[in-house]
Amino acid sequence: MTVAREVAEPPALTVARRPAPAPRPEFRIPRTLMVRLGLIIASLLFMLPFYWMANSALKDIHELSSIPPTLYPHVPAFDNFVRAVTYIPFGTFLRNSVVLTAGVTIGSAISNPLIAYGFSRIKWPGRDFVFGIVMASIFLPFPVLIVALFDIFAKLQWVDTFLPIIVPAFFGNPFFIFLMRQFFLGLPMEISEQARIDGANEFQVFLFIILPLAKPAVAVVIIFAAVQAWGEFLTPLLFLQDETKYPLSIGLQFYRQSHDVAYNLLMAASTLIVLPIVALFIAFQRFFIEGVTAGSVKG
Amino acid sequence: MIAAPRLRRLTVDERRSLRTALPFIAPWIVGFIAFTLYPIFYSLYLSFTRYSGFGDATPVGFENYTHMASDPLFWQALGNTFYYTALAVPVGVVVAIALAMMMNQNVREVAFYRAAFYLPSILPLFALTFIFIVLLNPGFGLVDYVLELVGLPAVNWLGDAHWTKISIVLLAQLGAGGPALIFLASLRAVPSELYEAAKLEGAGPIRSFYKITLPLITPVILFDIIYGTILGIQIFTPAFVLTGGTSGGGAYTTGPENSLLFYVFYLYKTAFQYSDMGFASAMAWVLFVISVVLAAGIMRWSKGWVHYESG
Repeated sequence: MTVAREVAEPPALTVARRPAPAPRPEFRIPRTLMVRLGLIIASLLFMLPFYWMANSALKDIHELSSIPPTLYPHVPAFDNFVRAVTYIPFGTFLRNSVVLTAGVTIGSAISNPLIAYGFSRIKWPGRDFVFGIVMASIFLPFPVLIVALFDIFAKLQWVDTFLPIIVPAFFGNPFFIFLMRQFFLGLPMEISEQARIDGANEFQVFLFIILPLAKPAVAVVIIFAAVQAWGEFLTPLLFLQDETKYPLSIGLQFYRQSHDVAYNLLMAASTLIVLPIVALFIAFQRFFIEGVTAGSVKG
Repeated sequence: MIAAPRLRRLTVDERRSLRTALPFIAPWIVGFIAFTLYPIFYSLYLSFTRYSGFGDATPVGFENYTHMASDPLFWQALGNTFYYTALAVPVGVVVAIALAMMMNQNVREVAFYRAAFYLPSILPLFALTFIFIVLLNPGFGLVDYVLELVGLPAVNWLGDAHWTKISIVLLAQLGAGGPALIFLASLRAVPSELYEAAKLEGAGPIRSFYKITLPLITPVILFDIIYGTILGIQIFTPAFVLTGGTSGGGAYTTGPENSLLFYVFYLYKTAFQYSDMGFASAMAWVLFVISVVLAAGIMRWSKGWVHYESG
């Protein structure tokens, strides 16, 4: 083969072609195309639920139940969004969701940096052992606790208030503690030493020196806490009974109470619930990606 | 996993450092005792009682546990949960690794694909479940329409007991973008010299994946398997939302032939529909033991295949 090609191609031509390495891109383009094709198909699959949600939200109920389904709303029914927020007490549910999310987010932003500081910037005997317990608690299934927690909160008269959902956030979350701790460990110890020499006590070092440096990590905690609280389902289901206290996650069940389920309104409401998260993601994409990968970088 | 510290007398410096650290970690200690440790032991106590949530708990010895052993619904719920977990975890690991490798492709607009794969994982599970109800509808749903277009039989995803759990496994894959990002970080930590060396020795992309990539990401695979298993055994929200929650007028439906009666769903029903807090507490403790045994078992099993860089 090699011999045959050498014979077929006059050496003079090869020399002439050498400055422009033409054959290589010809080989690369098809491979990139294949890769792109795979990526596009896969990402369309992952985006499909969004599209179908928006598509269904804009159909009237006849078009929604037509067989075969229409791939785009032929007669866009924008008033579905108006009907969706009036069909159920959407405003009340929204307000409850906002209050719960704000409460959990504030609690997380206060507690986790504080706790993580104690597990990273101060050396104390038994620290790694206790931190091991923090990490092990990640693997405890929350439903193990729900019966006892319900009874405890009932005795505290906390059931049917937001307290059982918001208060625990003020006592830290193992994921967020881990995330903040990773960040704190990455800051040079000399910064703290210098501040201590200058006469600052440990809390002052935390509040005035370390915390300002940790703003990106706190932002990650805030964003994740907010997203998590916004989508929280089990705890409101457990601890809230009065309909006027329901957040959107539980309140949306009301679209399905009648026998004719208003799926288009349900999809319109889902769109309204999903949009803030999409907006948050677009605005803070970097923080999301960093937040997830923070733990995987070996410290 | 956690080595207990050796107890000895503390030096003055150590005691001072403890005093400094304590105010910082105090919130966690208080919260851990109040919202985790105490509830665990309180439910152990409740599991040996008959208790409706009102009045006093009456001690009944092991009655709840013996009742559980002879309760066919308990075994069905346990079986459903193991079936789901055994399916969802391996599928989840494979999908997450596949997504991570796609996120790692060297194309200019890769950030767009990364966003597309990751975004669904941060959306509320209940909202995704609602979307699935519409997508998987046997009449006007898109999925069955596409299946018929390509000549495959339509599936009654949410109405046929054989398919309900598979539907939830599919739904769970929308969350694969989160673990995929962790896999992506570990893929990027693989030194590129290793791939270059393999290429020089004539290894193709498939061979270098099995010989280089896969061994080096085994620690992340282990984490994903353990965490996925713990999440799997507590599956609840999609089943609750799919079956319509309380819309049946008080009684919870649990899918065709109880196929969506998962462990936590049954626990929830016994506690909050039948007000049998004692039985539910016993179920909670069994779940606790199952989670510890599974995590320990996976850790043990992993010793044979996880590759640690330090050896």
